[in-house]
Amino acid sequence: MDSDSKTEAIKRAKVLMVGAGGIGCELLKTLALSGFQDIHIIDMDTIEVSNLNRQFLFRQSHVGQSKAKVARDAVLRFMPQICITPYHANVKDPEFNVDFFKKFNVILNGLDNLDARRHVNRLCLAAEVPLVESGTTGFLGQQVTVHIKGRTECYECQPKPTPKTYPVCTITSTPLKFVHCIVWAKDLLFAKLFGDRNQENDLFVHTGDGSDSGKPTDDIFERGLDEVPVQYGRKIYDHVFGYNIEVALANEETWKNRRRPRPIFLGDVLPEKLILQNGNLEKNCLTEDLSLSAMSSLGLNNPQEIWSLAENSRLFLEALRLFIERRGKDIGSLTFDKDDQLAVEFVTAAANIRASSFGIPLHSLFDAKGIAGNIVHAVATTNAIIAGLIVIEAIKVLEADFQNCRMTYCLEHPCQKMLLMPIEPFEANKSCYVCSETPLLLEVNTQTSTLRDFVDKIVKNKLGMSFPLIMQGATLIFEGGDDLEEDVAANYALNLDKVLTALPAPVTSGSMLTVEDLQQELSCHINIKHREEFDEEKEPDRMVLLGWTTRGKESQGVSNGDNTTAAIPAAPEAINKSEEVEVAAEISRTKRKLSEMSETTEDQETFQILPDTDANNSMGPQEVEDNDYDDDLMVLDGNPEASKKRRLQ
Amino acid sequence: MDGEELTAQETALYDRQIRVWGVDAQKRLSKAQILVSGLNGTSVEFCKNIVLAGVGSLTLMDDRLVTEDALQANFLIPRDETVYSGRSLSELCCESLRDFNPMVRVLAEKGDLAQCEIDFLDKFDVVVVTGCSLKTKIEINEKCRKRAKRIAFYAIECRDSCGEIFVDLQNYTYAQKKSDGTAECHLSYPRLEDAILIPWRNLPRKVSKLYFAMRVIEKFELSEGRNPGELSNFDLPAVLKLRKELCDAQSLNESHVPETLLERILVAGPMLYPPVCPILGGILGQEVIKAISGKGDPLKNFFYFDAADGKGVIEDISNPSSI
Repeated sequence: MDSDSKTEAIKRAKVLMVGAGGIGCELLKTLALSGFQDIHIIDMDTIEVSNLNRQFLFRQSHVGQSKAKVARDAVLRFMPQICITPYHANVKDPEFNVDFFKKFNVILNGLDNLDARRHVNRLCLAAEVPLVESGTTGFLGQQVTVHIKGRTECYECQPKPTPKTYPVCTITSTPLKFVHCIVWAKDLLFAKLFGDRNQENDLFVHTGDGSDSGKPTDDIFERGLDEVPVQYGRKIYDHVFGYNIEVALANEETWKNRRRPRPIFLGDVLPEKLILQNGNLEKNCLTEDLSLSAMSSLGLNNPQEIWSLAENSRLFLEALRLFIERRGKDIGSLTFDKDDQLAVEFVTAAANIRASSFGIPLHSLFDAKGIAGNIVHAVATTNAIIAGLIVIEAIKVLEADFQNCRMTYCLEHPCQKMLLMPIEPFEANKSCYVCSETPLLLEVNTQTSTLRDFVDKIVKNKLGMSFPLIMQGATLIFEGGDDLEEDVAANYALNLDKVLTALPAPVTSGSMLTVEDLQQELSCHINIKHREEFDEEKEPDRMVLLGWTTRGKESQGVSNGDNTTAAIPAAPEAINKSEEVEVAAEISRTKRKLSEMSETTEDQETFQILPDTDANNSMGPQEVEDNDYDDDLMVLDGNPEASKKRRLQ
Repeated sequence: MDGEELTAQETALYDRQIRVWGVDAQKRLSKAQILVSGLNGTSVEFCKNIVLAGVGSLTLMDDRLVTEDALQANFLIPRDETVYSGRSLSELCCESLRDFNPMVRVLAEKGDLAQCEIDFLDKFDVVVVTGCSLKTKIEINEKCRKRAKRIAFYAIECRDSCGEIFVDLQNYTYAQKKSDGTAECHLSYPRLEDAILIPWRNLPRKVSKLYFAMRVIEKFELSEGRNPGELSNFDLPAVLKLRKELCDAQSLNESHVPETLLERILVAGPMLYPPVCPILGGILGQEVIKAISGKGDPLKNFFYFDAADGKGVIEDISNPSSI
């Protein structure tokens, strides 16, 4: 590792950074200081206030502007002679194809979502360019990994849990955790009241009850011309928290082994006076935007406080009133936005009331917002350390010093005295369908499952393909994409609703399908095996994909037993401790004493830290990445259950 | 900590980190006064981190003017002679740091920390030094210990692609988080002078080689009257001779202080490998945040990072008897 050859390698290098956020800012700065002269950076996001605690290249005045562009300008100020090319775009855009990736000597990821990472991984493999990845991993903390085709694992050789969703009934009828209440409040109630009226909404699906009680009660959500907000609010409240629960209770089967919820009616919670009393918005408060707040108008000033059922009920009514009176024009087109204060307040209140009904602990607005908004907690120091490690690995790659490339874990608690623990990269997984072209096996009822089921749940969700081509032999069964001709697209649309055996080229047991994503240059073979029965609870997809996990072994929460639902998106749950230990033990070939790592107990349910979802990713509406994040880097108050316990003490 | 709540502005800005360490910790941070003496690639990383974290104030001391060496790995100074000419490092860094977080008071203090009056330190909760001689480090550490209020002392050093952090929290008590609640934990940190006096043969066998290498280099600089980093490959014979003397005196096999490592440090002189700066500065940032907030296990009492093997290691060099 001659110093001059190192300098030369760095100077000549052309580097692509994906992501200009927390890691990105630190990385761009460090690359510039390390002598890199030609850096390209892709990021589709714009700057938000909450970024400023760590994305130090940005200022308050930059809020709303492109991260990639502002980052570039900021770095040029202290390194004016280098070349930085920003792209305010989605890395999944077609312009960033294999030829584009081939121009670079190394790719550096500073992403926050699994979908984009998988996409970049595939392009790097296709372009045969090394990739340095970074981010959170299981309970070991942050990590930096190097992926070199033919030498090491690819990013997908180890299973990364795909977006998990909850069963419909858990959300609509039998919630057990606060997150279930949040999903109900956000994706059902909020959507029903303020979102697109034409959207299908399962708010009134009752378990076991075949009768369609949806239609007549739909009218409840329409506000009559004479109905003042207070009346309307009370009506909605009593309906969703009172009447609906009573109806659900009538079905004995559901509650045989479950705790029965209690119906809550407004009159039992608040004295009439308070129901009728509006909050106190400052007289001159003309705001009709995202900063409008019911909390402050009610004098509930501390977002960290856990409010009572009564207070949450007042918040519910007040938020609803303010939406109607001040943001009426938004009603009918709103989607939940974590930066929409009133939306957050409404969802918090609704979730808490529902939680109260089901005996689930209430949460503060701060915590509720984190869950509803899938907020990732983050600090500058972690990102800085990771950035330094990324650059060190990148330089090794550029010098072709592959023997010394490492996967480095940034630990919260020292393991054998180490806070930074390097491990040699693993060899490629021969069963990895991404880099080793191993065929997969799909067990499916070919007579009842449709092509659409296959495309959505397997090809897009599990395999992470965006615009797939599906072929049987030489016959094209399906093509995804925006650029198809009308009649061709119509033809495929017809195919989607057909069951597999009824397709023009029938798919039966023994068929082999080839699934490709042209942009990712990923091709995958799937052998089909017919199976009659599937377990409703454990295999709600009615399809089981095998062979796509580590070393041919199925791991928990990956293929089997995935809860899923078509209509209800969700936030993932914490993986339980024993699974983590298993995965970690596998990861660490040196078999370090991982039991030294801090334990979390059952009731200290880990606050599932998820990335801020990026609106344009094709994982589907609000499906989110399951990051299996156990401890915060500095496990302090970041855990709502623990901090709640402390408060209650 | 009752009393003043965080402002709406603070809550919005610090949202993501409050989700890491909580509101109480954030409040404590906002009251903390930090002093940094010596501005280079690693200490400016630390400064950035601590300003973003939202401390009460950060005071910088470094009267040196801008040189090529000073500019290396320093992203706070615009590469524009018209801007930096004639101005001290502390002034320039101060200006840039203020931008990172308008809620933090960032000040440049003229003078040399080694010469300052002892009560000057009373204003501070944390003192970080870098790029100073062993003698100065020891003196300042001592001054920190003499004050009525506990002042946390940190020394950080980066040479070539490796570095060292020293931590002295004196007698430190905090609530340690355990699986079944919290337990009060007491740590007793030695002063730097005492730590490095611990006989080498009494240290655990696998102590990082960097520890010894740094001590040899330190001693060499001291005895030759060199500024920190004022070294070159020509010094190798003399350094190896010193190594032999020290190892003999300490009854330690010379293999614990590899020649290659010493050579690396000498050849580099004052140069540092830029990617190592954010790593050391990041670890230091985390440590200071832990100490101020009273949350999280602080490291005791040395930390080493070497890009050559990629390990970041904690060494506890505090007990005179073998561990």
